[in-house]
Amino acid sequence: MDLGTIDPALLLASLIVAATPILLAALGELVVERAGVLNLGVEGMMITGAICGFAVAVNSGSPLVGFAAAAAGGAMLALLFALLTQFALANQVASGLALTLFGLGLSALLGQGYVGIKPPSTPRLDIPILGDIPFLGRVLFSHDPVVYLGLALTGLIWWMLRHSHAGMVLRAVGENHHAAHALGYKVVRIRVLAILFGGACAGLGGAYLSLVRVPQWTEGMTSGAGWIALALVVFASWKAGRVLLGAWLFGGVTVLQLNLQAVGIAIPVEYLSMSPYLVTILVLVTMSADKSRAPASLGRTFHASQ
Amino acid sequence: MTPPLLSIDRLSKAYPGVVANDAVSLEVRDGEVHALLGENGAGKSTLVKMIYGLVKPDGGRMRLRGAPYAPEDPNAARKAGVAMVFQHFSLFEAMSVAENVALGMAAPPRLRDLSARIREVSRTYRLPLDPQRIIGDLSAGERQRVEIIRCLLQEPRLLIMDEPTSVLTPQEVEILFQTLRQLTAEGVAILYISHKLEEIRSLCDRATILRRGRNVATCVPRETSAREMGEMMVGASFAAPQHVAHAPGNVALTVSGLSMRAPSAFGTSLKDITFSVRRGEILGLGGVAGSGQDELLSALAGETPTAAGAIRLNGAAIGRLGPNARRRLGLLTAPEQRLGHAAAPEMSLTENAFMTGAQREGLVSHGFARWGAARDFAQAIITRFDVRTPGPDVAARALSGGNLQKFVIGREVLQRPEVLVVNQPTWGVDAAAAASIRQALLDLAAAGAAILCISQDLDELMEISDRFGALNAGRLSPIRPAKGLSVEEIGLMMGGAHDLEPAHA
Amino acid sequence: MLKLETRPQPSVLWTWVAPILAVVITMLAGGTLFAALGKDPVDAIATIFWQPLFGEFAHYYRPQLLIKGAPLVLIAIGLGLGFRAGIWNIGAEGQYIMGALSGAGVALALYPMDSVLVFPLMVLAGALGGWTWAMIPAVLKVRFGTNEILVSLMLVYVAEQLLAAMALGPMKNPEGRGFPGSRNLRNYDSAHNAELIAGSGMHWGVVAAFVAVILAYVLLTRHRLGYHIRLTGQAPRAARFAGVRTARLVVICLGSAGALAGLAGMFEVAGPAGQVTIDFNVGYGFTAIIVAFLGRLHPVGILAAGVLMALTYIGGEIAQSNLGLPAAAIQVFQGMLLFFLLAVDVLTHYRIRITRREAA
Repeated sequence: MDLGTIDPALLLASLIVAATPILLAALGELVVERAGVLNLGVEGMMITGAICGFAVAVNSGSPLVGFAAAAAGGAMLALLFALLTQFALANQVASGLALTLFGLGLSALLGQGYVGIKPPSTPRLDIPILGDIPFLGRVLFSHDPVVYLGLALTGLIWWMLRHSHAGMVLRAVGENHHAAHALGYKVVRIRVLAILFGGACAGLGGAYLSLVRVPQWTEGMTSGAGWIALALVVFASWKAGRVLLGAWLFGGVTVLQLNLQAVGIAIPVEYLSMSPYLVTILVLVTMSADKSRAPASLGRTFHASQ
Repeated sequence: MTPPLLSIDRLSKAYPGVVANDAVSLEVRDGEVHALLGENGAGKSTLVKMIYGLVKPDGGRMRLRGAPYAPEDPNAARKAGVAMVFQHFSLFEAMSVAENVALGMAAPPRLRDLSARIREVSRTYRLPLDPQRIIGDLSAGERQRVEIIRCLLQEPRLLIMDEPTSVLTPQEVEILFQTLRQLTAEGVAILYISHKLEEIRSLCDRATILRRGRNVATCVPRETSAREMGEMMVGASFAAPQHVAHAPGNVALTVSGLSMRAPSAFGTSLKDITFSVRRGEILGLGGVAGSGQDELLSALAGETPTAAGAIRLNGAAIGRLGPNARRRLGLLTAPEQRLGHAAAPEMSLTENAFMTGAQREGLVSHGFARWGAARDFAQAIITRFDVRTPGPDVAARALSGGNLQKFVIGREVLQRPEVLVVNQPTWGVDAAAAASIRQALLDLAAAGAAILCISQDLDELMEISDRFGALNAGRLSPIRPAKGLSVEEIGLMMGGAHDLEPAHA
Repeated sequence: MLKLETRPQPSVLWTWVAPILAVVITMLAGGTLFAALGKDPVDAIATIFWQPLFGEFAHYYRPQLLIKGAPLVLIAIGLGLGFRAGIWNIGAEGQYIMGALSGAGVALALYPMDSVLVFPLMVLAGALGGWTWAMIPAVLKVRFGTNEILVSLMLVYVAEQLLAAMALGPMKNPEGRGFPGSRNLRNYDSAHNAELIAGSGMHWGVVAAFVAVILAYVLLTRHRLGYHIRLTGQAPRAARFAGVRTARLVVICLGSAGALAGLAGMFEVAGPAGQVTIDFNVGYGFTAIIVAFLGRLHPVGILAAGVLMALTYIGGEIAQSNLGLPAAAIQVFQGMLLFFLLAVDVLTHYRIRITRREAA
């Protein structure tokens, strides 16, 4: 075993890549939860996005079209969730679980015939000048467009929630849906839009796994990434900046354990593979004490009867 | 002659099983304070929600300055110059004052400019308010100021106020009235919802009285006695509760130096609360909403454990005991929130009777519930307290507020408590039910129980208490005999005008 | 336009009609799906729901119903208790694996001891294994307020890795010529969870499932603890007022669900599956979530739903071999069932009223 073979710049760059799927999914879920909706179906939407993106990219030859299809696929599944929870007023926890179970099955069905195929590769977009900065350039500015999209989305959502009127309305709906309704805001419409956005983000995250990170299609390939994204939102206390931080932390753990596997450390692979999940639990435990940041209407059903 | 500001013509709205408004008509003129008077459930809220665009009428029409008026949503109503101060449900606790104000505006300016305007309006109308503060940290009175300023910033022609004084001390009420008079002098019309008669007599120019969804009368409050208005509102006169004088017995409940951290983010911490209640007496505790009433009940009920010696029942330290152990010893409680706290909405009355009656009524044997006995107990409550319901198998949610409250209070009273603690026993309950609940409390005291009645309704407390104290931001005022207390004194015990005085001077 | 009106109380009729309606709608939607896959929908639905019960080879499939249904019912009964109390254990799959590993671990450690005590010890170990795994989210929730949904789920992945590690490492059959997987417990009489009546499919796990249904029924309808579970789920604040100790309830609910899932895993590994392998778990822990909801979190309903879901598993396998229907199609079918149930359920709590859009 030789830890010296691990190149720190490469490690950090691959950390950012590894963080991207859960970053995207968690950002989407952040917006959903800020609107007061708990969608536990992230895993299902991610894997649906993974196969939609993969299949379309393979058939069209364009990864870009694939990513668009992934976002659409994730949003379609999210639409089911929105119908259940916002119109049929079903329990959000149960509906989220249903979404995940359904998504896993659906993706497996759609994915038949795509096993063992290589997708078209997503081109890297080296940012001129910045990309030439030693070390930092390689870590931050030599990635594919989706990585930049994730970073841009983080900034955008941070700004939206903090400074824009739309963000304020979104937070208001999540904080107290009765009050928002009384002031004339369309609670259900706002929530449906947030849910669709969350689905599109999860879909993108899933496609990033199947098109870039792995890159191939296998059944159940998200293996809990959607759930980790959900944990990330709690970890981040519902703040966009901290979602990024958390995603990098998980990206780091993943990359580190993969590197350790590669250099043949004397621990069975299975135990190393457990580490992201164990770290998630650990992080949840340390962050759970402070729940005050959670949107006050999170997970509650809204019905404007009174 | 110019048309009235708002005229409502035969407006109707029905909900399943209840006609909330049945052909209601009224007129509001510029610069007047128009009272909308009625009992709980008379249809006042539904009517103003239709005016504010929250609810669509089934029939009838509205005109604003003579032009047809049918607001699609609250935004449309605001654009037309109609604003509303809500009694509940319209502020966002985790957000700042400025954000809350912005959310109630059709086209809010940038937050920084808005903050400046909030300061300006708050100076003009003497309603001190810091735009940067978080709503959750504000008192009930301050929250109301946020609502009022939110409305004023839009320069409304018609301001609807839903029970605005229920969260204020008498001193704060006086200041609110000054603000409202200033507004009417500027030509703003105010539609003022209340069921407090004296208040309406001192403030309002005209009153429309609603009863069971119909308008039954219009009057000029200054020329009508409170008793007359009361009878128009209720439809009949009924006996006021009978207070039989009797000498209080030994001390049953002692609370000394009770302090407790707020259980939730925006709750109230209890600070060094000390009082005692004797057998046969009713101790009334007043205070504006959010002064620690809920937390005090929670501590006494045993939901939140305290220092062992902080609460004593007949001398025994019970601060660490849970709710059921306290029930066994004779300390029973009835919380404010009927649905979800005092009763489980989806469960039957039988199951709800079992909820607190399991111990004292012997409804459990070897861990197994005796549902037959529980059903009998529920039936006994229904019969004794005249709860209007088809039977004990009905879900709690299906009962009206007054009937469920009678059930909840009856459930505790029938268990022959040694000490009974109630919070807001008649909140949101119609007058007849309220009178019967108060009578039940008086009878229980006469039979030798010690009663602690926490309430935000001062009239109620003055009617039934022997001694009176007030909660104010988690502290308790000294306890004084209720007889002979003036409104002024009570107001000061409740904290006076809180932080309004400096701005006032 | 359609409007929802809250019913004064939940409709008893719809409580039980809703799941049946959901099954019917799922059959229709499933049929459409199968048609889209190029299969004759009527044939496919009949294969799934008719063949296992009344088809030519029904005598072979009917016992399978018990074998597949028992773990689903066992797990769902436990989950149902928690769901009723608003405690969301969704990591039953992990608890199932841990029960199997513990049970098999005892057997493999004692091999080849011949004693009547081996099997009871395995049962104990299986329950304990699942219980321990469920205690992790329980204790973290009680102690730190950690979300039990996420923790219990994360532990599924941990358990899966542990299963792989065991199948490839410590529990690997020393006489297995290098193949992954443990000794086959079916060849170890003292440990074998054999059929009680040959050819019936009835093994100890089935007995346990029936016992669990009865106990849960008595608990929920007659016992004070069952009342507290229901009260906590419906009105948590009222439950505290009634003196329910929430922490204790979390431990009880998660613990019993874990123990039952562990038992299910143990009975499976000692009988139908026979050995610890990498792909030992087939998702019963997740399907049981559907079973629990479909059965309205009611023990008797769960029993019926468990049998129905077992039917789709068996019928799905038949359709797979006879019609070439992909296995994933059945998974989609099961997922749809939960979807439609949740959607139809709106009728239990609300009435739908058709109103004319009033002229503004």
